[in-house]
Amino acid sequence: MSHNLLGTARCIFQRDLLLAWRKPADVATPLAFFVIVTSLFPLGVGPEPQVLSRLAPGVLWVAALLASMLSLGRLFAADHADGTLEQLALSPHPLTPLILVKVAAHWVTSGLLLVVLSPLLAMQLNLSGHAMVTLAITLLLGTPVLSLLGSVGAALTLGVRGGGVLLSLLVLPLYTPILIFGAGAVTASASGLDTQAYFSLLGAFLLLALGFTPWATAAALRISLD
Amino acid sequence: MTGRRAVAEEVLLEVVNLACARGDRTLFENLSFSVQPGELLYVQGANGCGKTTLLRTVCGLTQPAEGEVRWQGTAIRQLAEEYRNLLCYVGHANGIQGDLSAAENLRFGTCVGGADSHTRIASALQSVGLSRAARLPAKFLSQGQKRRLALARLLVSARPIWILDEPLTALDVDFGATMNERLVAHVTAGGMVIITSHQELAVTVPIRRIRLDS
Repeated sequence: MSHNLLGTARCIFQRDLLLAWRKPADVATPLAFFVIVTSLFPLGVGPEPQVLSRLAPGVLWVAALLASMLSLGRLFAADHADGTLEQLALSPHPLTPLILVKVAAHWVTSGLLLVVLSPLLAMQLNLSGHAMVTLAITLLLGTPVLSLLGSVGAALTLGVRGGGVLLSLLVLPLYTPILIFGAGAVTASASGLDTQAYFSLLGAFLLLALGFTPWATAAALRISLD
Repeated sequence: MTGRRAVAEEVLLEVVNLACARGDRTLFENLSFSVQPGELLYVQGANGCGKTTLLRTVCGLTQPAEGEVRWQGTAIRQLAEEYRNLLCYVGHANGIQGDLSAAENLRFGTCVGGADSHTRIASALQSVGLSRAARLPAKFLSQGQKRRLALARLLVSARPIWILDEPLTALDVDFGATMNERLVAHVTAGGMVIITSHQELAVTVPIRRIRLDS
């Protein structure tokens, strides 16, 4: 009897979450980075509430973006080193949906945790309640896009020496639109403007990334394994 | 073994005019052979002559520079998932995560391989002598035990084509003999084996050999 695609997808998802649970340091590192950067900012620019709330959207979004990029290294590296990726590539199921599941599990243990933490950090930067909700929503829409785009870069730089630098060079230009619209939405919300257009744009980015990046990542992985 | 797919007489794995290169170095060219059900193909050659590359090409992991691998006359690139469903590959890397237990690793390996495994995990671990280590994180296993765990996937997933890259490395003499018996059982039941090994295979079935460096 053969496992169907959903069964295999569930297997991969559960295993990646279990691995994250057993290696909490890997999950905690980007989160600690996010917390430290946003906490250091008030010390650097001074404690005036107006200045902080003016800077908050950009600071929070940049910190979240860099934290998300920091976590990309562990997306495929361990599986590549121990041969698990070969097994995935030889699975009787198409590689693209399996990769999507891996990226989803990675997002749950990185981006989603950033979303959960963000209101707390927004509070210490004096962001208004309404803007805080907007921040959480933009991160909820934006961080999956970061994970998806990042997975292409992570797959392309697998096994490359100095891959980390290359990865950021590859991925950062693709991240900038998300940063602009994400931080823009929070700024607009803080000044009482409508944010509907930003949400729609981020949602469109997410759909586009969901459609294209798993396929590109799977192709890049097959090249890396060749 | 139960559940093995019945292999009809006409099925045939065929390698046609294969050439493989690593960087700008050609490893081998004009290589043609076929493997029939019930055959064991033993790929021999010195270190670095392209045995692993050949095996990975037959799996479809590595693309050949020229030529193609065919299954029942169709290129495996076109068959893709259909071909991979017949295959179990154990390469140099064991595909084992140190932070998962032996049983969890085996369950994941067979699940990714598309086999439903819940009942067979325990018996497979027992037959490779890892019952007592089943709940131990795999990082505490020795090299040989990790190899046994990787080979246990063959027993659980029950595929007609086994592609084994140096399966006997790090194995002790007893389990090496058990492995040879497994190979014989698989081939006798109509399976196919493509294998590289630097240890001589002590099997009681006829072996077809190809040497890559001559």
